[in-house]
Amino acid sequence: MSQRQEKREAHSRSAWRSHLGAYGFMAPAGILVIIFFLIPVAIVLYLSVTNLASSNFTSDLARMEFIGLKNFRTLFNDQFARKIFFNTIFYVLVTLSFFNVGLALIVSLLTTHIDRNAGFFFRALWILPRITSPVVYILIWKRMMAEAPFGIINQFNEILGQPTFNYVSTNPWVFVVLVNGFIGVSFGMIIFTSAIESIPRDLLNASLVDGSSKLQRIRYVILPLIRWPLLFVVTYQTLSLLTSFEEILLLTDGGPGLYRTEVWSLTAFHRALSNYFGNAQWGYGSAFAVLLVFIGVVLAVIYMRVFRFDELVAEPRVEAL
Amino acid sequence: MRITIDNLTKKFGDVVGVEDLTLHIEDGEFVAFLGPSGCGKTTTLLTLAGIYKPTDGVIRFGDRVVNTVQPKDRNIGMVFQSYALYPHMTVFQNIAYPLKLKKVSKADQHDRVRQVANVMGIGNLLDRRPGQLSGGQQQRVALGRALVKEPDILLFDEPLSNLDARLRLTMRGEIKHLQKNLAITSIYVTHDQVEAMTMADRIAVMSGGHLQAFDSPDELYNRPKTQFVAGFVGNPPMNFVNVEVSQANGSYVAQAEALQLTLGAERGEPAARSDGEVVLGMRPEDIQISDAGDVAGEIFIVEPLGREDLIDVRVGPHSFIVLAGAETQYQAGDPVKLSFDMGQSQFFDPATERSLLWRQ
Repeated sequence: MSQRQEKREAHSRSAWRSHLGAYGFMAPAGILVIIFFLIPVAIVLYLSVTNLASSNFTSDLARMEFIGLKNFRTLFNDQFARKIFFNTIFYVLVTLSFFNVGLALIVSLLTTHIDRNAGFFFRALWILPRITSPVVYILIWKRMMAEAPFGIINQFNEILGQPTFNYVSTNPWVFVVLVNGFIGVSFGMIIFTSAIESIPRDLLNASLVDGSSKLQRIRYVILPLIRWPLLFVVTYQTLSLLTSFEEILLLTDGGPGLYRTEVWSLTAFHRALSNYFGNAQWGYGSAFAVLLVFIGVVLAVIYMRVFRFDELVAEPRVEAL
Repeated sequence: MRITIDNLTKKFGDVVGVEDLTLHIEDGEFVAFLGPSGCGKTTTLLTLAGIYKPTDGVIRFGDRVVNTVQPKDRNIGMVFQSYALYPHMTVFQNIAYPLKLKKVSKADQHDRVRQVANVMGIGNLLDRRPGQLSGGQQQRVALGRALVKEPDILLFDEPLSNLDARLRLTMRGEIKHLQKNLAITSIYVTHDQVEAMTMADRIAVMSGGHLQAFDSPDELYNRPKTQFVAGFVGNPPMNFVNVEVSQANGSYVAQAEALQLTLGAERGEPAARSDGEVVLGMRPEDIQISDAGDVAGEIFIVEPLGREDLIDVRVGPHSFIVLAGAETQYQAGDPVKLSFDMGQSQFFDPATERSLLWRQ
């Protein structure tokens, strides 16, 4: 072996060794991503091109048939798929704009402009929906909104001599959005608050001395400086809302009536795991899930490109003075 | 604009920022607030700016009480230590921001920003963002932004602290020149006594939330009214040593272990009046190393500064910082004689830290 070869080999060996630490640090997250994302996606992808369902499920899995894209053809011809698709877009857009971003921004702006302790108190209140177990949380809502004589609000209606309502069945979307929105506020609120509080004090004082009112300061200084956290929350919460369904499942289960508040991820669940008559269509449900994963990944890539998240990671914008 | 501060107190909960401050600043005057960190100088400045509301006391701009006036309605310009430029705006937009808020027309904004930028020597940088500027350039932009709205009062919050030493010297001169030309009443907060001495017409020395002295630089240096002022103003700082002053045979003697100094009646008499020990203060330039000296000591350390040497001389248990010409070749351990120019000596009451020579 020539000396040069030896050297090169020693070099590559030491390069591998010097990277060992980095791989070691990445390993825990990497393993989690593989076990809980990549492998399930692979399984779902595989299931989506089979006819596996409880009706043909035997101990002999080999009888499961490969049926190509038949599930997807069925899906695109499904008379309700279109409605569910637009339901999903409506649900995500309305919840995102009014609550996950809109109200989150308002709450963080208000709580950073009042006494520090009071601000902390109100933010803590807004975190409650997030840390309450979804089942308990939905039960609270259901008890409040229930028909007379059970519902709390209807009890007040009765006391005041007003007519009573079955709120959830007359305005299901209002409640689906409210229930999810109240949970969604806390995420954006935390991100926005920390971004606002990391704006240097001098900069905020300078704006007041320069002649701005508090509202003008929000418009000309604070909002431009938290642009990146804003984009991040929009992105992250779009993806998060696209895949969230447990609150809707517990509140309306997609009803009332046929698919009135059914969203895409809930359909995947219904088809695959909770069909009427106990007929679980694992393969068909997987087809819904696959489309959702596809949409999610495409959106994520677009967001990353458009908003240049690599730059966001490279240097914190707010601190760049 | 005349600024009148009467009995100003600002507390944050139980923490006192500044207490019972009374200060009258004349129109067009350049006043420095000097003191160590946490002395209340920045609190006072931010209260003047309207960022903080006074807990007690009255602030007047001219004849108008401004205690509860919003910052935007005070017509002040302010320059910050961190420059506080808006990172998302260009230099032009930064300087134009106060005008935009005043709803000045676009054309006027353009003219006035250009004019100020040219005065500040940053006319060629208007399209850049703050991140693309050096510290000195950023500070000029910050000054431009403070000046563009033609303020009645200029507030400076340690504006030169983040600049390198050389640039600080240049900017010091420029700010002083600018202030004299525009004759805008200015308040300049600093912990650097050289800045305060060189720039200000009068200096308000603060410590622990209280005003220690408010005088011209000359007065503060030559007739310090408290031991704090004597120690804070002047670089290298004044030497302090506890002595007993007594009268003998028509002359006065200040005595301590290994130290005996004769002084005239002018300073000796008020110093001797108090019983027991008093604090003697001597500036380094008023102590000479000379063979004619009558105090024997030993050199502890020599610090060359180029133009002169800073020499720490130990006399018995005491330590004196002395200035000596750079041409001298003293070494640590050398025995030397010191001569004290007692005509320049200061005396303080050790309990109250007030001067025994100069009454407030």
